Amino acid sequence: MDRKQFLRTLALAGAAITLKPKGGMDLMAQSRDGKTVDLVAVMGGEPAEMFKQAIEELGGMSKFIKSGWKVVVKPNIGWDKAPELAGNTNPELVAEVVRQCFQAGAKEVTVFDHTCDDWIKCYKNSGIEAAAKAAGAKMAPAHEESYYREVRLPLGKKLKTAKVHEAILNCDAWINVPVLKHHGGANLSISMKNHMGIIWDRRIFHRSDLQQCIADVCTLEKKPTLNVVDAYRTMKTNGPQGRSTSDVVDTKSLFVSKDIVAVDTAAAKFFGQIRDMPLEHVGHLANGQTMGLGTMKLENLNIKRIKIG
Amino acid sequence: MLKKARVAVSVALFSLITFYFVDFAGLLHGKMANLPARAQLIPAVLASAFAILVALAVLTLLFGRVYCSSVCPMGVYQDVAAWISKRVAKKKKRYKFGKAKNLLRAAVLAATLAIFFKFPLVLAFVDPYSAYGRIAANVFRPVYMAGNNALAAIFTQFGSYTFYKTDVFVVSVFSFAVAALTMLAIGYLAWRHGRTYCNTICPVGTVLGFLSKFSVFKIRIDKSKCNSCGLCEVKCKAACISSKQKTVDSSRCVDCFSCLNACRRDALKFAPALMPKKTSTAGHSSAGDVGAVECSVDEGKRRFLIAGVATAAAAPVAMAGDKVGSLTGSSRYVRQHPILPPGAVSVDNMLKHCTSCHLCISKCPSQALKPAFLEYGLAGIMQPTMYFEKGFCNFDCTICSEACPNGAIKPLTKEEKHLNQGGYVVFHKELCVVPTDETNCGACSEHCPTQAVTMVPYKDGLTIPHINVEICIGCGGCEFICPVRPFRAIHIEGHAVQGKAKPFEEQKKEVKEIDSFGF
Repeated sequence: MDRKQFLRTLALAGAAITLKPKGGMDLMAQSRDGKTVDLVAVMGGEPAEMFKQAIEELGGMSKFIKSGWKVVVKPNIGWDKAPELAGNTNPELVAEVVRQCFQAGAKEVTVFDHTCDDWIKCYKNSGIEAAAKAAGAKMAPAHEESYYREVRLPLGKKLKTAKVHEAILNCDAWINVPVLKHHGGANLSISMKNHMGIIWDRRIFHRSDLQQCIADVCTLEKKPTLNVVDAYRTMKTNGPQGRSTSDVVDTKSLFVSKDIVAVDTAAAKFFGQIRDMPLEHVGHLANGQTMGLGTMKLENLNIKRIKIG
Repeated sequence: MLKKARVAVSVALFSLITFYFVDFAGLLHGKMANLPARAQLIPAVLASAFAILVALAVLTLLFGRVYCSSVCPMGVYQDVAAWISKRVAKKKKRYKFGKAKNLLRAAVLAATLAIFFKFPLVLAFVDPYSAYGRIAANVFRPVYMAGNNALAAIFTQFGSYTFYKTDVFVVSVFSFAVAALTMLAIGYLAWRHGRTYCNTICPVGTVLGFLSKFSVFKIRIDKSKCNSCGLCEVKCKAACISSKQKTVDSSRCVDCFSCLNACRRDALKFAPALMPKKTSTAGHSSAGDVGAVECSVDEGKRRFLIAGVATAAAAPVAMAGDKVGSLTGSSRYVRQHPILPPGAVSVDNMLKHCTSCHLCISKCPSQALKPAFLEYGLAGIMQPTMYFEKGFCNFDCTICSEACPNGAIKPLTKEEKHLNQGGYVVFHKELCVVPTDETNCGACSEHCPTQAVTMVPYKDGLTIPHINVEICIGCGGCEFICPVRPFRAIHIEGHAVQGKAKPFEEQKKEVKEIDSFGF
């Protein structure tokens, strides 16, 4: 065995060792019928309970979060609204995602959103600050331009650069935890739309083809490792802010997938049961599919549907 | 002893009120947080806060101008300036007795009464609380914020978000310049001559000075002990002790108590009127005392009467003006109407109550208030007006109305605020990106808390803003976020008299049973 051969063997052996646990993980991620689960839909439980079930179906949080990682959990905290008004992600869900990250060995979990209303009021009145902190996460401010750094979006069609929050740029992985709701401009706000909360200047989105810009920002190199769509309560009208509880339907559901276009398509179809919402009106879905961010063809995916109770 | 107590109380109150102004993070909050501001004389007069007025009058009639030494932040600011000058001066600092400038004092006081005729500018400039407020809001606050940002930068480096950065900016160059100049001018006077401002310009000093002549406790010179050495006089920053004549002009004495310790013969006392009379040995001693005071008593009385008559005359006129305003309303919406802070009632109300202390501007968590330039006309220069460059008025927030000590912005409950219409929305369809670019937007509607701007179907799944002025409260969310430049496609017009928005129609919550996923 000459030196070159020895090194090659060593490298291969090393590669094999590092690959092995990953293979094991993939095995675990398979559902009982043996195929990998692409998307989990859960209905009928409490937010934390539904997430526990969903993440288990996907092979556990440790499949997505590794020990020692810095993790960002990015809910929608856009509005100064109480949880009952469904303007923001459910705080119990956020707390459970944070807890699961720590259980998977995360070193640090940061939660933030670039809010529309005054950020201090949003963090507080959404219940998310208290819930996330109780679960051990840090709340990061995002109301000031200096917290953002400019990155290039080489794949973007309308949006070529964007200022992205440093927490996202500095983390090892981030989990996107939007709330499903009606949106007067984009028609629906789900996982792709939730990306606007990691960006500093959103006016440019609205000025230059909102539906395309939403897809463009999702081409960001650091993609969410998981998208967790909260539909425990769904705002059906007057979104994204809502006026009262009459805008809200108690839908007690949750959708989780790594495929951002798929999970948003699923959530949009679910929303279509509450109120007519043709998928073509939610233009960023098709734009996202065209750009290769994921698929709208749910029939090609292995979807796990769970009903609790 | 007295002096130490005075210094302690002054420093405490001064720190409290100053911190209340600079505290952008809202650490001081709650109903009592603005008490040091409400306890100021001019705000109490304008807000007709009788309890506070009575308390201040009693305080002054008992002890003289302790208000000026401790309650008034401008007074303490001058003491700080004088104290520093004493520390850094090469020569020993000596004050000297000066004659009372009673004509000037009366003239300034009279000019400030113009506020009762909707000309608040003079009072706004000279009221010590408001002038200090502007210094705190326009000069100290940015400095405090910059300090915070330096700390935040360090902490953020280490991954801690204990401190968060904040946007430091000068919201109005004019107000900043006025505040800085006031600070320098009054600071300079204090540095050189002590409490000159308080005894020449300050209308509060003039009024309280008048009351102090009748106060029970005052600094008194025991003429049998005094040898006119002048040690007290050189300590008197109010320049009101004449050691030669052995008199104290109690209309100018601000109860700093510096003179008490200076006297080596124990001739100075802060005591009730009767005591020195009992102990005084000869009749001539009190005669000199009275003589010095008497000449200005008449003048003071006259001033007081004039002020009273002017106020009494102004009140009905002002009230009548209010009535006319609310009856006729303002049907012709002129674009120049500035947007009043929620609860400010009307432009007239502002002109009769606001002295531009900038407390509301400092307290607004959304940075939606700034000092006006000429939006309210010359009279209302520096008064708060809403603008939507940095933010917009939060739907549930009533902080400015709670903070205002003057009654210029009346307290609102959250429910009242939800219907307080300070302005109304105007939509410029020809500029909106939905028709011009045929793309989605909806930023305005997104920010509208009442859905006075709502998105309705346009074509091909596009939605376009539709406005309902009746339920609009003029919060400015739509104007703030509208991405169209250079002219926004949606904006708010102000009301000269604030109106009441209709409550939006509440639909009944429908219970929808969804038991399938839909895919």
